[in-house]
Amino acid sequence: MAQLYARYSSVVYAVALRVLGDTAAAEDVLQEIFIQLWRNPGAFDSGRGNLAPWLAVITRNRAVDSLRKRRPHTEIGETTVSVEPDLAGEADRGRAMEKVRAVLNQMPAAQRSSLEMAYFEGYSHSEIAEKTGEPLGTVKTRIRNGLMLLRKAVETK
Amino acid sequence: MSVHEPFAEDLALYALGCLEGDERTSLEKHLEECASCRRELEQLRGDAALLALSASGPKPPARAQTRLMDAIAQEPRGQKAENRRPRPQWWAALGWAAAAAMIVVVAVLWNQNVRLKSSVAVLQGLSEQQRLELGQARRVVNTLMAQDAMHIDVMPVGQKALPPQGKAIYSRQNNGLIFMASNLLPLPAQKAYELWIIPTQGAPIPAGVFKPDAHGGAMVINPPIPAGVEAKAFAITIEPEQGSQTPTMPIVMLGAGG
Repeated sequence: MAQLYARYSSVVYAVALRVLGDTAAAEDVLQEIFIQLWRNPGAFDSGRGNLAPWLAVITRNRAVDSLRKRRPHTEIGETTVSVEPDLAGEADRGRAMEKVRAVLNQMPAAQRSSLEMAYFEGYSHSEIAEKTGEPLGTVKTRIRNGLMLLRKAVETK
Repeated sequence: MSVHEPFAEDLALYALGCLEGDERTSLEKHLEECASCRRELEQLRGDAALLALSASGPKPPARAQTRLMDAIAQEPRGQKAENRRPRPQWWAALGWAAAAAMIVVVAVLWNQNVRLKSSVAVLQGLSEQQRLELGQARRVVNTLMAQDAMHIDVMPVGQKALPPQGKAIYSRQNNGLIFMASNLLPLPAQKAYELWIIPTQGAPIPAGVFKPDAHGGAMVINPPIPAGVEAKAFAITIEPEQGSQTPTMPIVMLGAGG
């Protein structure tokens, strides 16, 4: 567990902090995620992806649940994440993240904001439309196109 | 990828967890029947994971690790969350078996992965060192065992002959024994010399049967002996050619450790 923590605590903490914006709350989520992994190591299905993206996603889910003050939506064992290309190596992951961040930086502000409101702030699509004053269809299109841009970024060699 | 267009945008929202209401219900119903949309959803979830991984920030404070390790120390490993759904007994056993197997696999693979890189450099160094040592050891043994090896006693000038003598070199730690003798007396027919380890406790241990060459020389190198024997002396007796398990008196040569 110490090795797991050494290798992946930064990923978990960064996601939790990104969602919650509060170090104490992020530490709570960090603790919760690794305790869950300790109690139920079989929850991670290595045949369906690698650990870093999986941890990032379950951390995001748990942090958003905490942010929205709701009960956890899903058990960690029910979360599967399959990322192409494979990001098992830290070097591969680093390169892919550089591309993803570059795409996010170049994205129109409204599109990036919609994506981040949905994913990191846990707003529903109708809440995003209401907050931004944009039509629902526009919000939907922006979010889907934004995800497609991220996909293309890591698919491009 | 073939995705039913009316659901394409809703799939993206669903992957991010922000689709709600009737649209969510409608999409979930469609997903039950549509394999291509399920595949696309899986890919969109992977895309969303990229978004999660893009988060960057400071490392967690050291106290977070201390807190985690303290918490882990207080609970047994593999205990499942209390609110999991009850399952039939054999499913539980299967789950535990899978979890246990996963623990082993994850632990082994990760341990290997982390250590392998540093081990490679160390092993390369060790390998080179062992190669040199092996070459040196091989030269020593080859010289000792060579057909053309000359066994010459060097003695004070003017002295005609030396009495029978031998030297035993024994390492308990390495479980190795080398015995070299010279000027041994010829043996009666169907007899041989036998080397014995006299341990600090217990009976003498046979350590090789040998016959001297025409010049009275003989050698025993690493005979099969039990490991870790603490020797206090080495002795030579005359035994039948096939050797004995207990020494036959008298002892013809004897040397005690220092």
